[in-house]
Amino acid sequence: MDFQTLVFFFLSAILVFASLRVITARNPVHAALYLILAFFSCGGVWALLQAEFLAIAIILVYVGAVMVLFLFVVMMLDINIDRIRQGFWHYLPLGALLGVLMVVEMGLVLGSKYFQVPASEAMLPANISNTKGLGALMFSDYVYPFELASIILLVGMIAAIVLTYRGPKKSKYTNPAKQVFVKAKDRIRVLQMPVEKD
Amino acid sequence: MFDNFVVPDLLPAAPELFLAAMAAVILLADVFIKDSRRTVVFALTQLTLLGCLVIQFVTMTGEVTFTFSNMFVDDLMADLLKAVLYMTVFVVLFYSRGYVLDREPMAKGEFYVLTLFATLGMMVMISANHFLTIYLGLELLSLSLYAMVAMNRDSVASTEAAMKYFVLGALASGLLLYGMSMIYGATGTLEITGIGQLLMTGQANKTVLVFGLVFLVAGLAFKLGVVPFHMWIPDVYHGAPTAVTLFIGSAPKLAAFAVTMRLLVTGLITLSQDWQVMLIILSVLSMAIGNLAAIAQTNIKRMLAYSAISHMGFMLLGVTTGVVGGDARMALNAYSSAMFYVVSYVLMTAGSFGMILLLSRAGFEADNLDDFKGLNKRSPWFAGMMMIMMFSMAGIPFFIGFFAKFAVLQAVVAAGYMWLAIAAVIFSLIGAFYYLRVVKLMYFDQPADETPLVAPLDMRVLLSANGLAVAVLGMFPDILMIGCVLAIRHSVIA
Repeated sequence: MDFQTLVFFFLSAILVFASLRVITARNPVHAALYLILAFFSCGGVWALLQAEFLAIAIILVYVGAVMVLFLFVVMMLDINIDRIRQGFWHYLPLGALLGVLMVVEMGLVLGSKYFQVPASEAMLPANISNTKGLGALMFSDYVYPFELASIILLVGMIAAIVLTYRGPKKSKYTNPAKQVFVKAKDRIRVLQMPVEKD
Repeated sequence: MFDNFVVPDLLPAAPELFLAAMAAVILLADVFIKDSRRTVVFALTQLTLLGCLVIQFVTMTGEVTFTFSNMFVDDLMADLLKAVLYMTVFVVLFYSRGYVLDREPMAKGEFYVLTLFATLGMMVMISANHFLTIYLGLELLSLSLYAMVAMNRDSVASTEAAMKYFVLGALASGLLLYGMSMIYGATGTLEITGIGQLLMTGQANKTVLVFGLVFLVAGLAFKLGVVPFHMWIPDVYHGAPTAVTLFIGSAPKLAAFAVTMRLLVTGLITLSQDWQVMLIILSVLSMAIGNLAAIAQTNIKRMLAYSAISHMGFMLLGVTTGVVGGDARMALNAYSSAMFYVVSYVLMTAGSFGMILLLSRAGFEADNLDDFKGLNKRSPWFAGMMMIMMFSMAGIPFFIGFFAKFAVLQAVVAAGYMWLAIAAVIFSLIGAFYYLRVVKLMYFDQPADETPLVAPLDMRVLLSANGLAVAVLGMFPDILMIGCVLAIRHSVIA
């Protein structure tokens, strides 16, 4: 067994253990932390497969951004784990049935003769890294969808601001010097308004 | 390996690039413009649309051009539909201006920026030759629309409509993507012309293709809003602010038509016998449910929503009858009649919703049928305009709607579907009832509301022009029809 295989088994063992703990941990914060560990080990496995771009992306995006946000939300919410666990045995048969069904379906799809696409033969030359290859494709063949995706993100940002921003809040205070000069006609105003329907 | 980098040919996509750049400029300009000077944003938006129209005509080559590694196609159909699209959005923004100004949360520049981005999404859809670009264009359009529907955020109805639209829209996008992935699995390519060529050789697995096709048609049907994927239409039309309803109800139909043509005709014409059956079911159901349910409505926005469902069903008849039993001789007439139908529908629907906006004012939405009572006494001219729209939608000669229906029916009869033509005529007759009821309310009832109309001059002029266009194009439909025939012959049949 060479060193690479050893590292693979080491990472996989951690990955399996961490994934199991994600669903068995009683404390949701622990579960989220185990999920981070699982992502990290997964990144290691990908790096072993020479998919270094994916490895870095999962660590930067999932561990760095998504999971931190997730952890933050979990900490903010008061989750009562015992109440969630209630009825676990009651729902187990149904859950198990659905799980088995999904495995069978997946097996049928993967094993069917329709989708046996031969693995791509095109290999990158040795001197060009994965990241460089992806980058070159993204800015040459796929530049149009790439730019469109960025515009979609911009629209998402604008939409979020439009729907939530309600203008700057100005603090209210009263000036006592002006208050003493107030007259009756400043306080009440009689308006003639046309009658509005509705 | 990467030394031979070639800059893609940007010229065919010049209008898209211009629009994207201008939308970003307007977004930034809006930050520095005071609220009192909001007209500048409006003017910039309208100039952008006019600029797109000019660029479109200047860069028109009259040939089918592919660029961005075949993801983008520029042909006559795209040119024509995009030109109609710019004009529609231009007119829509003029109609909406007063309405938007009167409603505080919508009076911001973002309304115009989102409209421009939605327009960009539709242009991308019209020119798409790749599953990826179809999907991205669709999402760009939908995301902008979701936000626009919810923009009037203090209104419960708008928020509910936006939520419903968002959830159902996401579901429909999922269906479309699933269908696309199946077809990709069977053909191994995402490029639409490539799929078309590959299917001609008959190598791909038919079962997987048809499986994917079902989902593809379901996704398209949702976007077009035909039965049984129509449930969102009445609620969204009703709940959205009328200015947004006008936008949703008009321009996106052009994009949905273009995508239908590209996917079903350019890409999957070899499966025509399979999708024809699906489209016939969809269109008959749409005409039946759309026309019957519209009768029961008291809200004119809901009524026009059901009318939209029935019109889209009618339009699909044209798409259906292009190829019968592998014989494509009728294709030119059928597809161009469908295109004529969709363009004329957009013209009529813009005018009808424009009339609702004309009668609305600050704090008052004229969206009930009763608000049209006695319009003739308040403004005989605009009552006449509304009458033209309603007659045209009902398909009464000699307005443009009549010729649209006539052309589609001709194609249906030529294809040998006599029963389908008879059903279409019967459902149109039923539909005429609720269009004529609006006319009856305007001319024979006493006005419940005597307030004079307050719309600005520019809107009155454009609305009159819109109404007259419906009437004049009804007398000379050949101008538009020749354009549609040329576009289809040039882009689809070849």
